Amino acid sequence: MLASDDDLLKQAEDWRRAGRAVAIATVVETWGSAPRPVGSHLVIDGEGNFMGSVSGGCVEGAVVTEAIDVIESGAPKLLEFGVANETAWQVGLSCGGRISVYVEKVA
Amino acid sequence: MDLSLLSRLNEERAARRAAVLVTDIVSGRQRLVLEAELAIDPLSGVLSDALRMGKSGVVDTSEGKLFLTVQAPIVRIVAIGAVHISQALVPMAQQLGFDVAIVDPRTAFASAERFPNVEMHAEWPDVALPKLGVDRYTAFVMLTHDPKIDDPALFIALRSPSFYIGALGSRKTHATRVERLKEAGFGEDDIARIHAPIGLNIGGISPAEVALSILAQITAKLRLKADGTRA
Repeated sequence: MLASDDDLLKQAEDWRRAGRAVAIATVVETWGSAPRPVGSHLVIDGEGNFMGSVSGGCVEGAVVTEAIDVIESGAPKLLEFGVANETAWQVGLSCGGRISVYVEKVA
Repeated sequence: MDLSLLSRLNEERAARRAAVLVTDIVSGRQRLVLEAELAIDPLSGVLSDALRMGKSGVVDTSEGKLFLTVQAPIVRIVAIGAVHISQALVPMAQQLGFDVAIVDPRTAFASAERFPNVEMHAEWPDVALPKLGVDRYTAFVMLTHDPKIDDPALFIALRSPSFYIGALGSRKTHATRVERLKEAGFGEDDIARIHAPIGLNIGGISPAEVALSILAQITAKLRLKADGTRA
């Protein structure tokens, strides 16, 4: 059962203990209309498997790609996603909001 | 995040203790503040506010811009009565991420066959409830229709910091319940804490529909401010 974001942190611990490389992405700030609230998590492994959501599907693909970088480098990243055509990102939030996502490796 | 830090956070959650993970999102530096250490932490005021609201978020502090991951204990629903409505309520509540415990001294009702996947206490409420460690993250639902069982639980609930108390029964049933509570020494403020008839009014008839209305009311109580706006 992964009904809450706290359960995802247990998932992250279980994956790590099973020997998988793991990163945790967390929504740290939102502006305007955003699909998932601050504190929402996406848990990603080194193979690109993921659980949870930070945007309900809009930017998860990009976060997973960045998470794999973070797993390789070990350095955390702060990502920002806004309306697609107003940012350098290839993906965006169709709802018009903006979100900031912190991605860190579980070491 | 250190695996050891993540483990501590998950341990605290499993033990129903609040904790706040403090992350410097620029440097990546992190520390975990446990409920017991909150008062002596340099950021005590900020952390206590965040915990009271149960909300994670960015804060500007003397230590710079920090992200607080606030972990409040999981809400637990204590259902008095291993009845048909409870059977419908258990899987729905679990799907919503709530813990559930059922209390019913009638062993014919409180059987593992009727309730395969839930914490069951086949005991009287005044025996079972003190062991459960009732806190403000506990919701009570009284479902037996039997004052011999519901009332002792209600007394305990009303003396606890529980955030939700609901009791099944018609307005007429509730009026007689209120009389009994007054005789037992409870005041208007205590009685006003009880949601009765229980649940949001969605016209529910089947046990599952009644369970839905109860869970919707618990969710509303959890998520909305007293004036009905979002917390």
